[in-house]
Amino acid sequence: MKLVIAIIQPHKLEDVKHELYQEEVNLITVSEVLGHGRQKGVTEVYRGIKETGNLLRKIRLEIAVNDSYLEKTINAITKGARTGETGDGKIFVLDLKECIRIRTGETGKEAIG
Amino acid sequence: MINSGDTAFVLIAAAMVLLMTPGLAFFYGGMVRRKNVLGVLMQCFVIMCVLGLQWVLLGYSLAFAPGNSFIGSLDWVGLKDVGLEPYADYAATIPHQAFMIFQGMFAIITPALIIGAFAERMKFSAFLLFSILWAFLVYDPIAHMVWGVGGLFRNLGALDFAGGTVVHINAGIAALVTALYLGKRKNFPQAVAPHNLPFTVLGAGLLWFGWFGFNAGSALAANGISVNAFVVTNTAAAAAGLTWALIDWLHNGKPTMFGTVTGAVAGLVAITPAAGFVGVIPAVIIGFCVSIICFLMVAIVKMKFGYDDSLDAFGVHGIGGIFGALATGLFASKVINPAGADGLFNGNPKLFLIQLAAVSFTIVYSLVVTFVILKVIDKLIGVRVSEKDEAVGLDLTQHKETAYTVLE
Repeated sequence: MKLVIAIIQPHKLEDVKHELYQEEVNLITVSEVLGHGRQKGVTEVYRGIKETGNLLRKIRLEIAVNDSYLEKTINAITKGARTGETGDGKIFVLDLKECIRIRTGETGKEAIG
Repeated sequence: MINSGDTAFVLIAAAMVLLMTPGLAFFYGGMVRRKNVLGVLMQCFVIMCVLGLQWVLLGYSLAFAPGNSFIGSLDWVGLKDVGLEPYADYAATIPHQAFMIFQGMFAIITPALIIGAFAERMKFSAFLLFSILWAFLVYDPIAHMVWGVGGLFRNLGALDFAGGTVVHINAGIAALVTALYLGKRKNFPQAVAPHNLPFTVLGAGLLWFGWFGFNAGSALAANGISVNAFVVTNTAAAAAGLTWALIDWLHNGKPTMFGTVTGAVAGLVAITPAAGFVGVIPAVIIGFCVSIICFLMVAIVKMKFGYDDSLDAFGVHGIGGIFGALATGLFASKVINPAGADGLFNGNPKLFLIQLAAVSFTIVYSLVVTFVILKVIDKLIGVRVSEKDEAVGLDLTQHKETAYTVLE
């Protein structure tokens, strides 16, 4: 089992969701986060005074998958989120030790899907 | 002789001026960080309570009861002899108490304006004491000198239609003094971006609306002068808001919402002393110029000198007020208001000098007395919160509340 964490542009969330549904990956957690990579943040101006280095709004996805779904999931996120510009984001893949469905108490492969 | 139309108008105008203080609370509240928003709202709101009492018990008497050149007297303490018949020296067609309560709303908003200078770092207890002492020692005497029977500047012939000197210069200078006395916020000038600009826009809208009560109501009658004041108030705000947006556009590449509302408020400040004495074209010029001057102050001069006038109470109200009072000395016209005077551009340079004298005196007086008040409070209880409390925020440390929950 793997845990896929992806940081994407907020305006690409709908596209990524669409691609994931096409691959029948339906179980995702989404949160709003702040951060920046090579873009170095944005400059804002308040009453004529510049504030540089402000963090950008990003979307963080967490998706737990069985190994057989990993490639499909990564492909779907990449396809949905890519614009070719800096700031498209990153995908992190972590080994997932255990997964428990709270309602039934199922664990592992059964619980994840 | 009581006129029912005038009385109705002044009471409604008074209510509109009251609404400016919660409007100001949102205007300021949106500009601070989320950990301090209740602190600012509370400071503005509690002033409505504290000054609301101070005014009827003592303040009105000190400001308006017959006295000497500098201060009224204790003759009208607790509204003794301030009844429901007109007092002709102030307003001949409305009950004396209607004039009193209209003036009371000005006494409330003036110390509230100063809050912008020391936002995010003043102890609530020190703030309360400061506001009360400032009302007694600065507002009441200056109000008397400018508007009270026998007052120094009233006798001298200085024009201040709706409080440019009494309200805006007075509070603006006090703001500069408190900003300098308390010192900078910890992170200034970094990381102090406004937490909720829509609040600031809402507040600016309420201020603009209430300002019609402030300026038109200052005619104290539903007549031609009040209509003139209403029209030029709207015009100056419009000109100044647009000008600031254009300056932003030229200077930073984009027009900002924050800049546009700041400009509108600067325009309202600047037209305040002039509203009953100038026509619509001077109002456009006043609005245009005040945005340029205030922009230079808050974007360039403030950063150059490095004082933390946190929400630009001095940069907008002090500077805008000084400009407006002097502009009144330039543009005032007896064609608009026969009871007023002609300004420099209408052949009477003397008015400009009188305005300059009134402005200079107010600056020096407010500067000195505000400093003394701060010094005394600092010795007694301390004015600034601890470094830790500042970092945690005033909402939690001064009021044991938070404005926004994270969950639910």
